[in-house]
Amino acid sequence: MAASPTSPAPPYPADLPPEGGTGRGKTIFGRTVLYVVAIAFSLFAALPFAWMLITVFKTNNDLYKPINNPFIYNDPPTMANLDLLWNDTGYRTFILNTLIVALAVVVVTVIAVVPAAYSLVRLSGRWGESLGVLIFLVYLVPPTLLFIPLTGVVADLGLQNSKWSMVLVYPTFTIPFCTWLLMGFFRSVPWEIEEQAMIDGYSRVGAIWRTVLPISLPGILTVVIFSFTLTLHEFVYSLAFVQSSAEKTVSVGVFTELIRGDVYFWQALMAAAALVAIPVAILYNYFLDRFIAGFTLGAVKG
Amino acid sequence: MSAPTFEAPAHRDLATSKERFLLDRDSVLGPLMLLPAVVYILALVGFPLILAVLYAFSNVTVGDPRIDGWNDFVGLDNFRAVFNDTVFRKSLRNTVVFTLVSQFFVIILANILAQVLSADFKGKRLARFLVLLPWTTPIALGVLGWFWLLDSVYSPIDWLLRELNLLGPGTQFGPGRNMYWLGKTDLARFAVILVHVWRTLPLATVILLAGLSSIPQDIKDAANIDGAGFWRQLFYVRLPLLLPIMAVATLFSLVFTFTDLTVSLVLTRGGPVNDTQVLSTWAYFKGIQGGDLAQGAAIALFLLPVLIAIAMGMLRLARRSEPS
Repeated sequence: MAASPTSPAPPYPADLPPEGGTGRGKTIFGRTVLYVVAIAFSLFAALPFAWMLITVFKTNNDLYKPINNPFIYNDPPTMANLDLLWNDTGYRTFILNTLIVALAVVVVTVIAVVPAAYSLVRLSGRWGESLGVLIFLVYLVPPTLLFIPLTGVVADLGLQNSKWSMVLVYPTFTIPFCTWLLMGFFRSVPWEIEEQAMIDGYSRVGAIWRTVLPISLPGILTVVIFSFTLTLHEFVYSLAFVQSSAEKTVSVGVFTELIRGDVYFWQALMAAAALVAIPVAILYNYFLDRFIAGFTLGAVKG
Repeated sequence: MSAPTFEAPAHRDLATSKERFLLDRDSVLGPLMLLPAVVYILALVGFPLILAVLYAFSNVTVGDPRIDGWNDFVGLDNFRAVFNDTVFRKSLRNTVVFTLVSQFFVIILANILAQVLSADFKGKRLARFLVLLPWTTPIALGVLGWFWLLDSVYSPIDWLLRELNLLGPGTQFGPGRNMYWLGKTDLARFAVILVHVWRTLPLATVILLAGLSSIPQDIKDAANIDGAGFWRQLFYVRLPLLLPIMAVATLFSLVFTFTDLTVSLVLTRGGPVNDTQVLSTWAYFKGIQGGDLAQGAAIALFLLPVLIAIAMGMLRLARRSEPS
């Protein structure tokens, strides 16, 4: 019986007591608890972002009056803060830098990861899987352990204060994670297709190029998305490597450009954060299940 | 490792005729394809790890990051200096306490949240998107939102407390008109732990969700037919089956909290008076801001033993779940 986990399966005896549901909260009490808990968690998670978005459109006069209800617009909403952010700060430079770094990291990652994952799954026999796990564990070596020696390496290579330092270093987390991710995809590509291509006279490399890569495009797309989002998430390295505003990415740039001494341009600051955070969240959310499939280390089958 | 058993005869003929093409040999092509990734990892993770250890015994600075010879090594000087610093001992203690306390709550809350999100209800997709926001958005920007939410003067939470008559002259939290969330030691520690819970809860939850959805339908059906109620099923069927995946979730969130730099740095900059300083922020202030790479490296090295222990735990879990 291929009952999906969400639909009540037909073979249940009809006279089951209502609390026999598997936590789907069949009673009114159960439903109520479910909604209350779901709403409470959603509010907790979204609270800082909601406050961000409200702030963006507030006037100074409205925002900086402690007796005003902060959750509503006491003055009409304004676009002036977005205007300030876009036209009078380094934000556009930060966005551009972020995109350059992210695209370069994506390219480096894909070039390194696709052959590596294929090799580990298809060409390395039994130790391929073990090596794959080891490479994945490299993802857990935290930036906070590496940023100090890497600062030395970056300085030694003359890349300090340059966005290319980030392009050099970010693959330290994208390559391990994406190799592991892509291994899962290659495992599910049936052997017979390559076999057939090789029987048809293609070399191994030709067979990979013509059959495996096209089939694995969704997997490669996932790699692209994740090296992109993980790059946008990164904070520690860029904080350590880059001091000049012209080379900064968004996640570090907003802190320096929009906080001048003790003066915070709160609305513009929140706009800068939200404009990046929300799109990244949507992108990430869409691919999250694949991300988690990598995290479960095969402890989950299905 | 080059001759899997499925090779059909026709293929074998073809392969032998091409034997002289090195690239068609698995034993050549395999390592060759692996090479770029492995070389990169060795050069930019393996080498820096060794460098971190060397730095910790040397006198390198941001201005002079090169170890030129034996006279650049200073033995245990850095560790002695680090240990004699009360801020370091505070950071070490904070790192452990913040991690353990926040992860205690994450495990409990993640189990509740995963049960909720595995149920069916209206608006579930939106709830899932919102609940995942702390993990899917860049951490520095999310913490920036908290920083503003806990502002010393304009915090909307303070406004709410004032409206509820809990804050202000003659009230529960009075007499001040603000809580100064990030300015008082206890509240600042509470805030850092809260934001850690906020940040890692979604990760633990989705890992648990993946575990929940992999419980075979026939087990659920059997429990239903046997008339087991919600709580019975929860404690006797689902939670026991979830234990391995719960271990995975815990190890991951432990790593991310234990090594985190961003939350303490953005929220409190380690303050007030270093009371929320953790190992990673202290390493940053000493090593990068203070320019003393050597001491920074020595401080960060204290993360390593715990990380190794966690990695070994993961290896064991991964091995246990390998198809044998």
